[in-house]
Amino acid sequence: MADSGSEDIAVIGNTDLTPSESENNLKKTMAEKGTNLLKKMEISVAEAEKRTGKNAVNMQETYTVYLIETRPVDAPSEGTNPVPDSLWRRYSEFELLRNYLLVTYPFLVVPPLPEKRAEFVWHKLSADNMDPDFVERRRVGLENFLLRVASHPVLSSDKIFYSFLTEADSRLKALNATFRVKNPDKRFAEMKHYGDELQSVISQLLRVRALRSAAVVQCESLFVLDSEWSAIEKEMGDGLQSAGHHMDAYAASVDDILEEEEHYADQLKEYLFYADALRAVCRKHELTQYELEMAVQDLTSKKQQREELATGTIRTFSLKGMTSKLFGQETPEQREAKLKMLETQIEEGEELVKERNAECDEFVKSAWVDVERFKEQKDHDLREALISYAIMQISMCKKGIQVWNNAKECFSGGLTSHDLISQDDLMVHEETVKNDGQDEAAFSQRIPHKLHYTLNMPVNIKQEMKMPDSLILNKKEKKQGRDPSDCHKKKKRKQRSPAKV
Amino acid sequence: MSGSVVDNTVSSGNSSAAIPTDISGPILDLDEDDDLEVFSKDTTLTDGSSFNASMQTSPASMINQYKFEEEEEEVDTKDIFVTVDNPESHVTAIETYITYRVVTKTTRSEFDSSEFEVRRRYQDFLWLKGRLEEAHPTLIVHPLPEKFVMKGMVERFSEDFIETRRRALHRFLNKIAEHPIFSSTEDFKIFLTAESGELTSHKKQGPGFLSRMGETVKAVAAAVRGVKNRPQEFTDMQEYVEAFSQKISSLDKVTQRIVREQKEYLEELKECGPIYALWSQSEEELAEPLKTVAGCVDRCTKETEEQVKHLNDHLNPVLHEYVLCADTLKAVLRRRDNIQADFEAKTEALATKKADRDAMRDDLDKTEDRLEWANNALKSDWTRWQKVMRNDLRSAFIDTAESNVSYYEKCLAVWESFLHSQRTDAEENGKVDFS
Repeated sequence: MADSGSEDIAVIGNTDLTPSESENNLKKTMAEKGTNLLKKMEISVAEAEKRTGKNAVNMQETYTVYLIETRPVDAPSEGTNPVPDSLWRRYSEFELLRNYLLVTYPFLVVPPLPEKRAEFVWHKLSADNMDPDFVERRRVGLENFLLRVASHPVLSSDKIFYSFLTEADSRLKALNATFRVKNPDKRFAEMKHYGDELQSVISQLLRVRALRSAAVVQCESLFVLDSEWSAIEKEMGDGLQSAGHHMDAYAASVDDILEEEEHYADQLKEYLFYADALRAVCRKHELTQYELEMAVQDLTSKKQQREELATGTIRTFSLKGMTSKLFGQETPEQREAKLKMLETQIEEGEELVKERNAECDEFVKSAWVDVERFKEQKDHDLREALISYAIMQISMCKKGIQVWNNAKECFSGGLTSHDLISQDDLMVHEETVKNDGQDEAAFSQRIPHKLHYTLNMPVNIKQEMKMPDSLILNKKEKKQGRDPSDCHKKKKRKQRSPAKV
Repeated sequence: MSGSVVDNTVSSGNSSAAIPTDISGPILDLDEDDDLEVFSKDTTLTDGSSFNASMQTSPASMINQYKFEEEEEEVDTKDIFVTVDNPESHVTAIETYITYRVVTKTTRSEFDSSEFEVRRRYQDFLWLKGRLEEAHPTLIVHPLPEKFVMKGMVERFSEDFIETRRRALHRFLNKIAEHPIFSSTEDFKIFLTAESGELTSHKKQGPGFLSRMGETVKAVAAAVRGVKNRPQEFTDMQEYVEAFSQKISSLDKVTQRIVREQKEYLEELKECGPIYALWSQSEEELAEPLKTVAGCVDRCTKETEEQVKHLNDHLNPVLHEYVLCADTLKAVLRRRDNIQADFEAKTEALATKKADRDAMRDDLDKTEDRLEWANNALKSDWTRWQKVMRNDLRSAFIDTAESNVSYYEKCLAVWESFLHSQRTDAEENGKVDFS
């Protein structure tokens, strides 16, 4: 269908607006753009609730349902707010709706749903979907989806969509049987499922902040211990001061380790997004399959009609058949004409089925080749990622061992600072520079940001600390001094990009 | 018993009066030359006898005798071992309380036997501490764990609380046992050996309420008066204590904060392993490495848990006790000041008043001696305390370092085993190039 004249809804970012204000603006804009549905009714996804129940495989699950409220725009003359019609739906039902729209209007750009975050039925891992923030964001996303559909010139007049909003037992579930693909390629179905699982697992991994290294905490602690103590205990001070110098260098190297952890996180993220791409392929397969099945179904029904017409028996219920019964039989000429039409349609239908079949096969073949390629790449890349993660952990442990061994020597009054710090590790400028009196705020910014621990300390402790100027300045020097070496590091990272391997 | 010299002199000072004014008397009157002979050869501090024997007449020489060779305080010269363990709950009609088993093993002759086992409750420890402080107001008594922890919802009878307290009580008794003077007091001996009935009756023997009140009143009066000519060394001490107190407090807070953060990190780490395990179930080729990684993360999590616990159980309590020590030091300095203030007041009084001059002069002399005694006691114990403190803190830091090294070594092994497993796999399959 040609563009019916509705322009893209342009929501220009007005940075002065609050999120709720811009949401309202969007709604108004959508309503203004001459859509049928939104002119008649207000739609909102008002609330979210947790439910528990038994699922398809008879296992207990917890899920979230959302309240869809609809209210006619024209309020009754009394002026009171009418009670909205409402019904509860869960995310999977929204998915059904969208799938239905996708296959029914394949030529349209169907609005997207918010993130799914696959619900794991058989593993009770801290279900992300239960996180209140996530649920809230999803609620807003679902509401947005409904409003977008309702403001679409074509989609808004879809009856299934209307019943989705208003009838608790919409025909969607029944239709589900018909528009769901009957014989998807098993491999694609499995791949889609795998994509869901992969996405879920990686999201969880990324969320766990444990990527923050324990080394940072330990190192920070010793740094603090040292600067405190050497201030008052001259006897012990020397040993601790040496340990402290070494800690400084260690702190800098820990920063490098943390960057590596970020790199690991990036590698995971890449496959998180890859999972999406994978699912898109599976969906496309379903679409082609579905179209084939529709064509087959259509052909079958036409053939059946031909048979009935030819033999005069009515097997299928049709309105036309009824009316002809009521209002008299058709003339033989009419029958002839109809038969001829059907024949043509059947011929065309058979052509279409052949076409679609070929499309399907072609798609399956080429898609699966690429899926296999992807699998290999993924296995290789992720294995590499795990290995480099292990290497990073090892490097961190080795550094920890070295540092703490040295600290122990220092505490025991054995070694001096020069004995301990190897040239590789030493990044501290030992000369002290004249303090140009920068205030604490500027100083705080200069501290390697991973040492945020010291920044988060309550003010009174920080004040009590009064780090010796030399230590403060060493940090500044280090931060500046790292820039040239950063270039070197960046080069290193590029070499590790799997795409170039 | 030749050993009884120790007891008699010191205990008479202890049990007869709360006010240590009289200690100087009997001790200065030591005339058992034989014992003197024996003890003066013995320079080890552990049995305390050298302290008593070498007490000559002049305060000056007393200073020297307080300088004990701390380095000799090794296990093989220790002749008394005290442990506190086995907490048990007791329920009576009125209250519920915990008792701890105190086991003493000793070769000291003043003890009737070589092994003792008694049960003591916190109140008993409090009593002992109080007695020691009364008898030696300017010596430094190691702090006891606090009566009740205010922060958080720590129950009095939670396992953690009891265990922390038990450890602190153990350290307390050991510090007393290691102290040259305290460890030879009658009160300490009775604490270690007496059955509960005996202990209760001995407790009642102490200075009466009124005399203690009198002492407190005196102290307050002295405090109000203030010290006029405090010797520089004590002023220096006071400044040190101020600085020390500040630093040790912030150190304590900081390490507590560190433990808290590490615990948070640990909680997050605990979630990691299971996620990798879950992932491995969706994978084919990757299943095995992922499972191994899950195992590695789980093991590291366990190590981290132990490490955090170690830090919490070993470093924090030591720092915390020295925070309390700072308060003890301040109190000790205050008490010394009070004695001096008392002396100064009496000196003034002697100069101004006419009546009772002889009695007053006597009193003044006694007070002067008391002051000298207190000053010297403090100076020596101060040096001793500092050595012990440095030792304790150094040990605690070294211990922390060692436990960290061990922690990292274990984690290192875990990850290296993973790498190894991947290497052998890869080499078998000819997949990955590890160069």
